[in-house]
Amino acid sequence: MRWIGKDVPRKEGKDKVTGASRYIDDITFPDMLYGVTVRSETSRGILQRTVFEEGIPWEEFTQVTCKDIPGNNYVALIETDQPYLADGKINHPLEAVLLLAHPDKYLLQEARRKVSLEVDPLPPVYDIEESLNQKEIVWGKDNVFKEYLLEKGDIDQVWEKADHIIEGEYKTGAQEQLYIETNGIVAVANPEEGVTVWGSLQCPYYVHKALMALFDLPADKIRVIQTTTGGGFGGKEEYPSMIAGHAALLAWKSGKPVKLIYDRLEDLAATTKRHPSLTRHKMALSSEGKILGMEIDFVLDGGAYATLSSVVLSRGTIHAAGPYLCENVRVRARVVATNTPPHGAFRGFGAPQSIFALERHLDKAALQLNLSKEELRRRNFIQEGQLTATGQVINEKVSLADLMTKAMEKSDFQKKKEQFHSENKKNKYIKRGIGLSSFFHGAGFTGSGEAYLESMLGMEATKEGKIRILSASTEIGQGTNTIFSQIAAEALGIEYDLIEISVPDTALVPNSGPTVASRTCMIVGKLVESAAIQVKEILRQSGFLASTYSSSEFSKACQSYLDKFSQLRVFSKYKQPTNIKWDDQTYRGDAYGAYAWAVYVAEIKIDLRTYETTVEDFVALQEVGKVIHPTLAAGQIEGGVAQGIGYGLYEKVVWDKGQMINNQMTNYIMPTSADIGKIRVFFEEAPYAHGPAGAKGIGELPLDGVAPAISSAIENAIGLDIPEIPVTPETLHEYWVSRKVNS
Amino acid sequence: MTKKNQLTKESGLSRRSFLKGVGLTSAGLAVTSGGEIFAEASGDASVKIISPGGATITLEVNGKKHQLKVEPRETLVEVLRDRLHLTGTKIGCDRGACGACTVIVDGKNVTSCLMLAIDAEGKSIETIEGLEKEGELHPVQKSFIEYDALQCGFCTPGMIMSSKNLLDHNPSPNLADVKHAVRGNLCRCGTYPKVFQAVLAASKQNKGE
Repeated sequence: MRWIGKDVPRKEGKDKVTGASRYIDDITFPDMLYGVTVRSETSRGILQRTVFEEGIPWEEFTQVTCKDIPGNNYVALIETDQPYLADGKINHPLEAVLLLAHPDKYLLQEARRKVSLEVDPLPPVYDIEESLNQKEIVWGKDNVFKEYLLEKGDIDQVWEKADHIIEGEYKTGAQEQLYIETNGIVAVANPEEGVTVWGSLQCPYYVHKALMALFDLPADKIRVIQTTTGGGFGGKEEYPSMIAGHAALLAWKSGKPVKLIYDRLEDLAATTKRHPSLTRHKMALSSEGKILGMEIDFVLDGGAYATLSSVVLSRGTIHAAGPYLCENVRVRARVVATNTPPHGAFRGFGAPQSIFALERHLDKAALQLNLSKEELRRRNFIQEGQLTATGQVINEKVSLADLMTKAMEKSDFQKKKEQFHSENKKNKYIKRGIGLSSFFHGAGFTGSGEAYLESMLGMEATKEGKIRILSASTEIGQGTNTIFSQIAAEALGIEYDLIEISVPDTALVPNSGPTVASRTCMIVGKLVESAAIQVKEILRQSGFLASTYSSSEFSKACQSYLDKFSQLRVFSKYKQPTNIKWDDQTYRGDAYGAYAWAVYVAEIKIDLRTYETTVEDFVALQEVGKVIHPTLAAGQIEGGVAQGIGYGLYEKVVWDKGQMINNQMTNYIMPTSADIGKIRVFFEEAPYAHGPAGAKGIGELPLDGVAPAISSAIENAIGLDIPEIPVTPETLHEYWVSRKVNS
Repeated sequence: MTKKNQLTKESGLSRRSFLKGVGLTSAGLAVTSGGEIFAEASGDASVKIISPGGATITLEVNGKKHQLKVEPRETLVEVLRDRLHLTGTKIGCDRGACGACTVIVDGKNVTSCLMLAIDAEGKSIETIEGLEKEGELHPVQKSFIEYDALQCGFCTPGMIMSSKNLLDHNPSPNLADVKHAVRGNLCRCGTYPKVFQAVLAASKQNKGE
């Protein structure tokens, strides 16, 4: 292959290294106003009055409340429970109540501080336990946004046959996406032209749908344009719909363009995070180390509104039993309401939580059965032809055993383990350890999701003789534009530089679906490939393109075609492969079209003077189908591992009364260049029949396996099985001290 | 129950008034909350008195002099971005924690959100826009493209400025030097390993290796 598998230069590389790329805050309009959001600061209550203090020329300000909304006061997504602006009820401390706009951004900040809200408080609920216990009912009838019951075999009869029954409870904390570019939108809106927004976002058509409902306008009166986006990781999946609505409401009322950019403190406090989780495992094993049954209770904290929680829960549920064969499974999964800002999409989307619990639980089981962590997993890896927890037949070769073997070799696992064991005895303070995880990640939307989406992608010839891809799939750093160009160039048999990518603008591009769920390469990339094949076919049939051709002959063929017919544009629409079947009612069937498989090994050092854990070496082996761009793919894994290190060790959201109180980059700690040791990435390639050139999904995978491998290594180093993350020095200290007291 | 909106209120003292205080008191001035500035009896003749309407200053950016009137509270990054339209320098946190706004001032890395524009007068300021010379990218820029040391690109201008400044002062850095040089530039995409590769490769290129 000429382009697939090659390290071509990133499409937007030059613009990004010269500072030429235009991000949302780089865009201004004449006569533009700045906007801000006034928020409740009470966790739960009834808004009585808004007080505007003296000393501010309030008449100069555009003010928007829920009463100014032309259409529906909800952020259209799955449910309709989340208001754009509170209508009396306050359900979390960052609830938007009032919007202000003014040309002077300094005065605007001052004004925001001079608004006081009188709220009659109601008793709030702050965590999973309180919500499950129904201390107060804060959402619906029972605080439960969504519940799934996933069942295979008969778990109830398995306990009496078991040689070992092992129970455990695991907790994961919230994690902030912390894209370096904060959220922001610029809006122009008026009744004549409708609403246009530019923004830092992942899913233009999510925003489009939300604005249609908010303004009660038809599709052609709403236009959403993605600007160069400084990172998303899920954090710009659903939340931009909120900001876009706010900016557009201010623009609508003032008649002027409005820029609404979140300050870092506000972005950290108000926007979505990874759902905190609480998982209970009960596992039955035979004396040979076969898993006979798994009963899993998986609960996520969804925050105040439903947002995407049901879908996050779904992915977490399906991944809860992992890539292991088990004939008897019951997963009871719930996502519950609390009076904190809603939690949302973050790379991995529910899977990192349930996989952390399972992998830690397997380590616990291995210790009890006196098997190595590696061996227990090997005895249970699912194989081709076997059934997953949802009853999906695995129709591909499962490479986990091979990956495990290679991971052991690359990391020198056994030797390191012995070496650390002997060194640790001699060294009082420095303790090293090595640990692992094995896991899978389904690519694309869950179950029938891709069938419902019916994603559409366009491709057209330009008068310069180039090919332009029309897609709503956004470049957010992961390399969409580069790999799409590679796939198109390969299928068309032309130069990579002849491919252009249209700006994701809902007025210009069809809906190729959201940029989420590791679906861009596998699902939308396949649409690029099929559109390219159609273009080639049209050019051939029209007689402009010979059976063999050079790139310049191809360009000339495009131009000749345009001269004659004025337009060459094709669309390709996603059709689910017919062998994929899913039943939403019974929650059984083919959960994902394809899975990526992985084994990760972490080598860590703990300093028992500071209780600090450092990752010294990390080996990431995965099988992701055909790798389209080795450097970009490695970058995805390295980046995911870095975020996973943060998830496992550093990134603790500190809550007080439903509000993140360490909402600064100085006290919410993400990995820096000084924290990242060696990350060694290896790919195995097993082409997937329905992916472009055989590719599967890759983006989310690394987030699933890093934290459990690190925790496994901590256990190896100091014999402490810490069932929660992040393992900050404070957490480690707490467990270490209490262990000494207990023993 | 009445609550004040405190999301942006940091202990009642705004970051800007704090900055203003630090910046100017070091020059022998005191600042009142009303924004008026009075010279103290410092006896320093070089002390410039700025009226509430702002001051006309000259900034030398990428070798070019710009005369402009700024308010004392305006930070260097605001002036670069809003007045000079040099939007390559980014604001990630506006509090000196993320490094996205890194520029080089008189040969030193500066988080330009923490420097007042008036304090940058008379100094030589380099930004990402100044690195490309006559259509030729700086070796660090080329190397960032070659090693794909960027993903979303938002930290990239700051990351490149820190890297460039490292090579200006140390043409043969080792891995530890590079890690140290960019430790204040946070990258959430996790491109650090590729940044290390790119900077080390650029240093070799510089020496014609």
